[in-house]
Amino acid sequence: MLLNKIENKVITGHRLTTDDALSLFQNDDIFTIGRLANIVAGRKNGNKAYFIQNHHINPTNICINRCKFCAFSRSKGEKGAYELSIGEIIDKLKEGQESRVKSQELSKKQLKSKKKNFKLLTHNSKLLTLFSEVHIVGGLHPDWDFGFYLEMLRAIKTNFPTIHTKAFTAVEIDYFSNISGLPLTETLQELNNAGLDSMPGGGAEIFDTRVRNRICPEKISGRRWLQVMEAAHRVGISTNATMLYGHLESYKNRVEHMLKLRDLQDRTGGFQAFIPLAFHPLNTKLGVRSQGSEVSKRNKTNPQSLTPNPCLYTSGIDDLKTIAISRLFLDNFQHIKAYWIMLGEKIAQLALMFGADDLDGTIIEEKITHSAGALSGSALTRAQLINLIEKTGKIPVERDSFYNRVKR
Amino acid sequence: MKRLTKKQALTLFKSADLLGLGMMADNVRKKLHPERIVSFIIDRNINYTNVCINKCKFCAFYRNEDDPEAYILSKRNLFNKIKETISLGGTQILIQGGLHPKLDIDYYVDLLKSIKERFPIHIHGFSPPEVCYMADKANLPIKKTLQILNEAGLDSIPGGGAEILSDRIREQISPKKIGKDRWLEVMKQAHRIGMKTTATMMFGSVEEPEDIIEHLDAIRRLQDKTNGFTAFIPWSFQPGNTELGGRGKGQGARGKEFKIQNSKPNSSLATRHLSLSTATAVDYLRVLALSRIYLDNVPNIQASWVTQGIKMAQIALRFGANDFGSTMIEENVVAAAGVKYKVSVRDIISAVRSSGFHPAQRDMYYKIIKNSNL
Ligand code: SF4
Ligand code: SF4
Repeated sequence: MLLNKIENKVITGHRLTTDDALSLFQNDDIFTIGRLANIVAGRKNGNKAYFIQNHHINPTNICINRCKFCAFSRSKGEKGAYELSIGEIIDKLKEGQESRVKSQELSKKQLKSKKKNFKLLTHNSKLLTLFSEVHIVGGLHPDWDFGFYLEMLRAIKTNFPTIHTKAFTAVEIDYFSNISGLPLTETLQELNNAGLDSMPGGGAEIFDTRVRNRICPEKISGRRWLQVMEAAHRVGISTNATMLYGHLESYKNRVEHMLKLRDLQDRTGGFQAFIPLAFHPLNTKLGVRSQGSEVSKRNKTNPQSLTPNPCLYTSGIDDLKTIAISRLFLDNFQHIKAYWIMLGEKIAQLALMFGADDLDGTIIEEKITHSAGALSGSALTRAQLINLIEKTGKIPVERDSFYNRVKR
Repeated sequence: MKRLTKKQALTLFKSADLLGLGMMADNVRKKLHPERIVSFIIDRNINYTNVCINKCKFCAFYRNEDDPEAYILSKRNLFNKIKETISLGGTQILIQGGLHPKLDIDYYVDLLKSIKERFPIHIHGFSPPEVCYMADKANLPIKKTLQILNEAGLDSIPGGGAEILSDRIREQISPKKIGKDRWLEVMKQAHRIGMKTTATMMFGSVEEPEDIIEHLDAIRRLQDKTNGFTAFIPWSFQPGNTELGGRGKGQGARGKEFKIQNSKPNSSLATRHLSLSTATAVDYLRVLALSRIYLDNVPNIQASWVTQGIKMAQIALRFGANDFGSTMIEENVVAAAGVKYKVSVRDIISAVRSSGFHPAQRDMYYKIIKNSNL
């Protein structure tokens, strides 16, 4: 059968064609597809499954784009609009670290002596190792100038020299280039000099123009997204790539999307991870997610249910298949991320058996998540993540932004 | 495929990889249900009282008699719920409750009769602990008790209260609940007098793989004798609002982290003994798949979307399940543990469809009532 042919290709390490990928999407044998994806994941990353402790900051929800699906964004002056000053951002990061110290201490049951705890809280160099990455995305603010963003990056670097700054989707970079009047490359270079270490992969949605114009006409085109990424890779900024699926697109659109990413990766090698994101139709998560903030805005439901109207969501089977096929097709991507905040811990855990090798972060309390009424369960602890990974038979590895093991 | 022995099942459960196990279960499911139909029932779970003397450690539902939240459902309320159920296309009520010290068999007989007088609805009710409690209080043998209930209008019996059919485990998690033998006895007698029942298994608490196999084996052996089980429903322990899971400690519907932390690589099953972490997705699918493979004489396996979520239930359809269970117009028992899913019939139908199956509404006997124009 067809799957046999593809299996041979995978085993012998040959690249899959778009037709191969398409026939995988149409194939019902999720067990073979999963097994093959797992083989490839094993070749790339051994038996390891990664996670990272990172902290999310959304500097503002004021956005000139106001994409129709975006529940996160507000117009200026609208109720609920907010903007953080640089000082507030720094404070949030400090708070984040402190709450992390506390939760770590609690979980380690090292609260025997308050004195010791106090010592830890005030011991700065220890603090700095608690989360290794800050993740910043936000709206396209009408008044902030480019200099403000540079200053923000510098301030973070000065205060937290060891923390990796992963910030700004291609949508924001494009906007920065507009407001600064600088070409893409120079915009990125300046950001890089100011402290931008890498970029998330949001805003890619689906590249197909027809579909894209229906789901997010307000956004930069797929072509522009790829241009921004290419420019970033050229100045040495590595990035992720996402794909939003489960809305109006066809399997063919998904494959073509991945093909564009694979082609660009062939040229630059600048992508670290591919992150497939399932569309959530009713609640506007598209907005936040497509912005790339990758912040969960769950309804008041169990993290796995994704209700109120679960039927409109992608099926769990489709989620796993999409992960697996992306692992098989994107042979030049080192990592496939099953972003647990989006997938829920159950599907994310299974994804580790379907080719994914990264669950992303443990996220401590964070503004957007809470204002949107997410469950308190939106943060998994380190121990819980480790447990999930071990149950799949993989070896949990806490990583830094470059997939190096973090020693604790 | 030849029937699995207990020993083979244990080896398989302990060492087979999830995808391999899933593939086997999927093949069994395909043989038993080649038509790719996934059935569901429109029914309502009605809990007539939450007062219970058993106080099982995992139960977030029960209250003491003097608790301000304690209740006994009024008939008016009950009838309204049934009316609503019928108007929503429901064909069955699942009526269960705690072991209330003040209610006796006359209460239940009256309850059943008054429902049947008014409504043409299937009554699926009273799990074995309730039946035993009624029998004991009335000083009647189980068989007689069942006959009385059956005559009064009880049509079939749900498989609840089985937890893990291993007395070693039951002593730890539900010490006051009826033992394995009595649970099986109720089911046997029910089957003997012509009533159908389901069987459940609640895992992910403190059991070992051996206990799970013991449970499956007990079901399979009884089924060989009586053929009275219509379906098997495994679901995982929900450590939310319970004594076992740390009641009132604000842990939410998730295992307790300090316990999980004790786990070392490759010792997850051993440490689960202490950890009480919620069974993860991997655990659920393994148990589900094993159930499908082992219970070759039980026709249907239910996915538990109520405890696992819709996406997991969809995946379960490829790991042995062929039924989506109930649309659960009301689900107090699980909801009390902090897991709440609200879905409509439409949601279930399209969840089944998007997993590549044909949805069909069934009755308790798994007879398809409606599968066109859904
Ligand atoms: S999705 Fe992004 S660009 Fe669109 S309105 Fe929301 S924040 Fe702005
Ligand atoms: S599980 Fe049933 S028997 Fe046990 S306490 Fe709860 S209601 Fe009572």
